[in-house]
Amino acid sequence: MMTDLFTTYTGNILQMLLIALGYLTFFAVAGLLLVWLERRIAAFFQLRLGPNRVGPFGLMQTIADALKLVSKELTGTERADKFLYNLAPYFVIITALLALAVLPFSGQIQAFDINIGLFFLTAVSSVGVIGILLGGWSSNNKYALIGAMRSGVQTVSYELSVGLSLLTMVLLTGSLQLSQIIEVQKDGWLIVQGHIPAIIAFMIFMIAGTAETNRAPFDLVEAESELGAGFHTEYSGMKFAYFFLAEFINMFIISAIAVVVFFGGWLSPFGITDSIPWLGVFWFLGKTFLVIFLMMWFRWTFPRLRVDQLLTLEWKYLLPINLFNIVLMAVIIWLNLEIKF
Amino acid sequence: MITTKIEDRFKTEEYFINMGPQHPATHGVLRLILTIDGEIIKNVEPDLGYIHRSIEKMCERDSYQQIVHLTDRMDYLSAHINNEAVCLVVENALELEVPERVKVIRTILAELTRISSHALWWGVMGMDVGALTTFMYAFRDRELINDIFEETCGARLTMNYNIPGGLMFDIHPNFVKRVKDFIAEFKTKLPEYDTLLTNNVIFQKRTKGVGFLSREDAISFGTSGPVARGSGYSCDVRKHHPYSAYTKMDFKEVLRTAGDTLARYEVRIQEMWESVAMIESLIDNIPEGDYKVATKAVIKLPKGEFYQKVETARGELGVFVISKGDKSPYRLKFRSPGFSNLSALNKMIVGGKIGDLVAVSSTLDLVVPDIDR
Repeated sequence: MMTDLFTTYTGNILQMLLIALGYLTFFAVAGLLLVWLERRIAAFFQLRLGPNRVGPFGLMQTIADALKLVSKELTGTERADKFLYNLAPYFVIITALLALAVLPFSGQIQAFDINIGLFFLTAVSSVGVIGILLGGWSSNNKYALIGAMRSGVQTVSYELSVGLSLLTMVLLTGSLQLSQIIEVQKDGWLIVQGHIPAIIAFMIFMIAGTAETNRAPFDLVEAESELGAGFHTEYSGMKFAYFFLAEFINMFIISAIAVVVFFGGWLSPFGITDSIPWLGVFWFLGKTFLVIFLMMWFRWTFPRLRVDQLLTLEWKYLLPINLFNIVLMAVIIWLNLEIKF
Repeated sequence: MITTKIEDRFKTEEYFINMGPQHPATHGVLRLILTIDGEIIKNVEPDLGYIHRSIEKMCERDSYQQIVHLTDRMDYLSAHINNEAVCLVVENALELEVPERVKVIRTILAELTRISSHALWWGVMGMDVGALTTFMYAFRDRELINDIFEETCGARLTMNYNIPGGLMFDIHPNFVKRVKDFIAEFKTKLPEYDTLLTNNVIFQKRTKGVGFLSREDAISFGTSGPVARGSGYSCDVRKHHPYSAYTKMDFKEVLRTAGDTLARYEVRIQEMWESVAMIESLIDNIPEGDYKVATKAVIKLPKGEFYQKVETARGELGVFVISKGDKSPYRLKFRSPGFSNLSALNKMIVGGKIGDLVAVSSTLDLVVPDIDR
């Protein structure tokens, strides 16, 4: 009996380790691919070619860059708070990984399907800001500090809009569990089911999500023309790469949430993914890519907002619209006005 | 006793940050010492001298032909116009009458330089407010102008095409055609500038009402060029003290009265349209004739003081020469537009945010080697 317990125990541990390894690999590969994609798409918008020398279509460029970053010296400022300074990148990267764990890549591939999945996602993604705050605070650099403080202000404000716009959709699904949310969408994507309020919620979610991930036009945290590099000014080598990768993974996560909540997750038209479930991964990643493309499009066309305009947008426009939108959604559900197929 | 005043309980302090000399927003080695309270700017003090090359002192050593070559390195984006300023002062002092052909070619190239400089400014302005794509669009169009320059005189940036008495050599046979091609192309590209940046809501919000400079302040700080014209101060040297081919040309001076960042932005965009119109009117009417008048190998200016001002892309560039009759000037002073324009920065920005500072200093269109010399 002892051996039984032992084997199942070790078996479990081994299984968990393998899954964790799988996620870590995905994390690294997706991060590198997204960096490459960003650079290619930026080049596409900017009449350039982008990286195209290392490997086919320059695919290996980011790997070469990562190797360069690994081999770089880790420097820091004098009189920095060394403990916090070293801790900060891990906060950012671990929260990104945690969020990844609950994403349903397909009907089968999901590490945890907890019943508060959506809540968990929003909660975890907001912890990442602690890493940014710590990094900016501990580097003993005024630019980094300004960047970190902006990040605090920005994330706290836009958290509300992310949460409330998702809450609007939860009214439709009646569940926070991600698999349930997708199950509901077999009658049609939620953005179709909820029509007007759902579209408003999607727009707000995209704006707030872009702000949450600190991407342009809300990249005040880094704002290279104002603050140099913002909160990670003093980070070099792999520690910088952690921040950099986490930013891209966060973008992936926000896009994935949008896909799950608004565009039916891994569901495909005509029930293809019901008969061949593993195809769901491709549907999911494909849809996510489209939303990511949208976010990159924002970044390469819009100028940056000023910090007070950022707050005005959230507190004077998005928040009231959001609250009104929830009421609208409730009314629509009450009157049975959803569109279902 | 518990103090109730919030200021006593949370004591806040203003603090300094150095923006530059190595900073992406200062476009070179300009150092701005900011006093800020959180994000709000209380004071801006420019600290100059990081790229001082004592050009004025070197001018006292060099011959007049050599001085022309130094002026390229001041405001390198208006290199041709800087050259022209020195050439004009020498020609006026010697009372040389340069051929009409020279005047027209100089003016066409000056206006091309202005377009090129404004296009670069536009790209950088977009980049400063966070729209990175504008930079590439601007360089796409600038490239065509640089190609024309390269074919004309062999250099793309520091042209050295003007010499006292005319031009170094005649224009390339392709010149007229290439300029016409460029103008046709640029007229289709310029509206893109508006769709990409001017009409963007965020950009409008970032610039409207930001960095206000009243007409009185614009005059008292000695600003010139698009900065002053954005505040409604009519100061275009080409209009008020015409030189070269501007004497016979009809063109509009672009004026805006709002005095904010958007007004200065609009002035520059409109000036590009004006320059296009000017080139169009001149390009078909390049008179035949010599491309220079002969001067002595060693030019000696008569005793006296000479002054000439020209309108560069940044504003009024003045060249003041005191000659004692030697082959080099006794003293030569450049009145550079960037220096005076920079002096107005503090007035414009106090009370704004750090993000405003970047936008405002961008519409001053600073070229630091022009400020420091």
